[in-house]
Amino acid sequence: MTDPGHASAAIAVAQDVDDSRRRFLTLATAATGAVGVVFAAVPFVASWKPSERARALGAPTEVDLAQIEPGQLIVTSWRKQPIYIVRRTPEMVASLAGIAGRLKDPESRASRQPAYADNVMRSRTEEFLVLIGTCTHLGCLPKARFTPGTSAELGANWPGGFFCPCHGSRFDMAGRVFDGSPASVNLVVPPYAFAGQRMLVIGVDDAKGAA
Amino acid sequence: MRTDLMHGLKALLILGALLAAPGGFAAGAAGPGATDWQKWTAGNKVTDIPSLQRGAAHFVNYCSGCHSLKYVRWSRLGEDLRIPEGELRKSLMPAGTKPASYVISSMPRADAEGWFGIVPPDLSLIVRARSVDYVYRFLKTFYVDPAKPLTGVDNLTLPGTAMPHVLSDLEGLKLAAFRSVGGEGGAPVKQFVKFETIAPGRLNAEQYDAFVRDLVNFLDYASEPAQAARRSLGIWVVLFLLVFTGISWFLYKEYWKDVH
Amino acid sequence: MPPVANSPGGASPPKPGFMGWLNKRLPVDAFVRSQLLEYFAPKNFNIWYFFGSLALLVLVMQLVTGIYLTMFYKPGEATAFDSVEFIMREVDWGWLIRYLHSTGASFFFVVVYLHMFRAMLYGSYKSPRELLWVIGMLIYLALMAEAFFGYVLPWGNMSFWGAQVIVNLFGTIPGIGPGLVEWIRGDYGIADATLNRFFALHVAAVPLALLLLVVLHLVALRQTGSNNPDGIEIKEHPGPDGRPVDGIPFHPYYTVKDVFGVGVFLTIFALVVFFAPTLGGLFLEGPNFEPANPLSTPAHIAPVWYFTPYYAILRAVPDQRMGALLMALSVAVFLFLPWLDRSKIKSIRYRPLRYRIALTLFVIAFLVLMYLGLQPAEGVYVILARIFTVIYFAFFVFMPFYTRNERGRPVPSRVTYHAH
Repeated sequence: MTDPGHASAAIAVAQDVDDSRRRFLTLATAATGAVGVVFAAVPFVASWKPSERARALGAPTEVDLAQIEPGQLIVTSWRKQPIYIVRRTPEMVASLAGIAGRLKDPESRASRQPAYADNVMRSRTEEFLVLIGTCTHLGCLPKARFTPGTSAELGANWPGGFFCPCHGSRFDMAGRVFDGSPASVNLVVPPYAFAGQRMLVIGVDDAKGAA
Repeated sequence: MRTDLMHGLKALLILGALLAAPGGFAAGAAGPGATDWQKWTAGNKVTDIPSLQRGAAHFVNYCSGCHSLKYVRWSRLGEDLRIPEGELRKSLMPAGTKPASYVISSMPRADAEGWFGIVPPDLSLIVRARSVDYVYRFLKTFYVDPAKPLTGVDNLTLPGTAMPHVLSDLEGLKLAAFRSVGGEGGAPVKQFVKFETIAPGRLNAEQYDAFVRDLVNFLDYASEPAQAARRSLGIWVVLFLLVFTGISWFLYKEYWKDVH
Repeated sequence: MPPVANSPGGASPPKPGFMGWLNKRLPVDAFVRSQLLEYFAPKNFNIWYFFGSLALLVLVMQLVTGIYLTMFYKPGEATAFDSVEFIMREVDWGWLIRYLHSTGASFFFVVVYLHMFRAMLYGSYKSPRELLWVIGMLIYLALMAEAFFGYVLPWGNMSFWGAQVIVNLFGTIPGIGPGLVEWIRGDYGIADATLNRFFALHVAAVPLALLLLVVLHLVALRQTGSNNPDGIEIKEHPGPDGRPVDGIPFHPYYTVKDVFGVGVFLTIFALVVFFAPTLGGLFLEGPNFEPANPLSTPAHIAPVWYFTPYYAILRAVPDQRMGALLMALSVAVFLFLPWLDRSKIKSIRYRPLRYRIALTLFVIAFLVLMYLGLQPAEGVYVILARIFTVIYFAFFVFMPFYTRNERGRPVPSRVTYHAH
């Protein structure tokens, strides 16, 4: 602000003008206005959050486990993400032992999973594996390669698992990433819970709240 | 509730002359000899949660067979009306629906057209489209009319309505007395005089009135679920702006001391 | 952009630091100085002079809320209505953003009408400000188009039938009419194609035109300087320092005053947004909460309040083509105001009684027509509409005669101002 005293003939700054009062009022107005602008911005920022529709559609997904055969993978969806559910056979479970040396994060220290899936099986039970089916590298969908063996694609002694066709990441039957993959952490385990004998609920840690 | 706020606000607005014009839906031309039913007001309060809960139950029991609220989600309804999910599923939601789904009537469209000649309208916005008082009057002005073979009733608020009087077991049945008066150009015009109850219902007049008020209160809520939040937030916004305006007034006066 | 050294205050010593670096490349300080600190506005502005800056405020508010609405709105016959209810119910705070925009539209017209009336009170359209007025009128025309297109978007039943009526007006143009109507609609009725193109016009084309016109309006204002309630050119009375003796720097004096005006305005605005967003059906109409229905016209169809004066004129004429023509004229005639008014006196303060009476009658006619446009076109309303249509046009048609050789009260050489 320039000194308005010299601005024009119509302006004569009074001798007794209280500069500190001016400064205070200018500051008070500016501060109140700034607070108002921040408050006014809240609705606009908040409007970008998932809408009530998105949240409602993001409600827990229920899966009937009886429909899954042993050794079968089914894909469902929760919050617009593909969810892989595998009913592991005893052979698949056995394939997880003794390969820790070939894995990047065998103990899942750097990976994301709920506490109840923070184990070698990366699941609540040995039988059912539940994963978010997007590669932790760049988000492609890994393919099921459950048959053990040796191949050009999967290398020697493949114990069975997942293979991402985009950049060649490989994961075992618990979604743990193999050395030599571009992905650096294991596949993510979403929150899930069992409701009764045959219902799987994806999206909750505790099935009591859901049906 | 909307009207009394309106009156207070109208006085504040600059264009007084403009506001003298009645609102768009005040239409219902009060013809010659209009009786007081046209002045009935619902007088509901959308902040009255117990009333809304009763209204929601009434809607489910008596309206949702034919009418949907296609923009209202069960989960949101439960949240706003403070109905726990278990209760919501047990007593309000049709079996097999999810909390995330909308309040949709189970009546097939084709059946509805066959039975009533039209598809019963969605009621999500009926209060905004017609006003809460209109819906209130509509539900209170059914009368027996043998000339209507399909439903046996007509309605003063919406003459010729295809809707049967679904609340007749509660309200009972009433006849409307009309008299003929000379209209413009000499042709006689039917003019409503009064209602006469011919068969009492399960509720007395007061109870029925309370029933309808709760129901329209719920429909008022459904037409704009954010309205309670809107009004309560508004008070704070206006207070804040008054403080800002006050401070800026002193700033303005302070600087203008210089101007001669 | 003139070089920095040419700014009216003369070159100031180069500043150190970032501001110095910046000013060497972008004339920030020079711009602020020339547009705010050394832009001298008459010191005698009264309440009518708030509405220009308020119009600018509303424009910005409409742009911001409008941009956010486009993030959720889906043009299209099948989706538009639903997406508006989606905004009202399912987007966090969507109801507030929508009400800010719908209320903002009406307040835009409130502010602009008062701004225009101010110009008529104090002769702000007269030489040398004819072009300023004409650009302002073009802004008003663009605003009308913007409001009309925006009104169609919610795809309620009034949106549909409003579009139907307005678009059909073009059908009254001799010869090309019917073909033109079909071309505007892009279909044989108001349809998906119409909605889609109106959406594009509403959110992109017209706002761009509006912004350009507003910039031109401000540039033209800076060129001539503001008029004032006394209608005196303050530039004709420079002081010894060459600056107008009755002028004060826009900043800080008018900035602090406008901030106060913004506070008052926003308070009134918030009262409507939070407590009466439909304003009893004036700002948002009941029938527009029913989805568009090509098979059912609402019982009582009227445009939003800001268009009703012209709508009343349209309906007052018993001939279709003449009605449409008169309506177009009733808007366009404002453009010619600077040349219709032949008085040398600018401000109503010094103009003779006959102009005061004429302007009063005109304002009454405008307000009465506004009211009549909201009423059904029947009985006494039609007769009244005809009477006030005549008064409306008489104000303009006879203006060259009743303003010729005006002799009013003597105009002082200095503005009237009482220090606070």
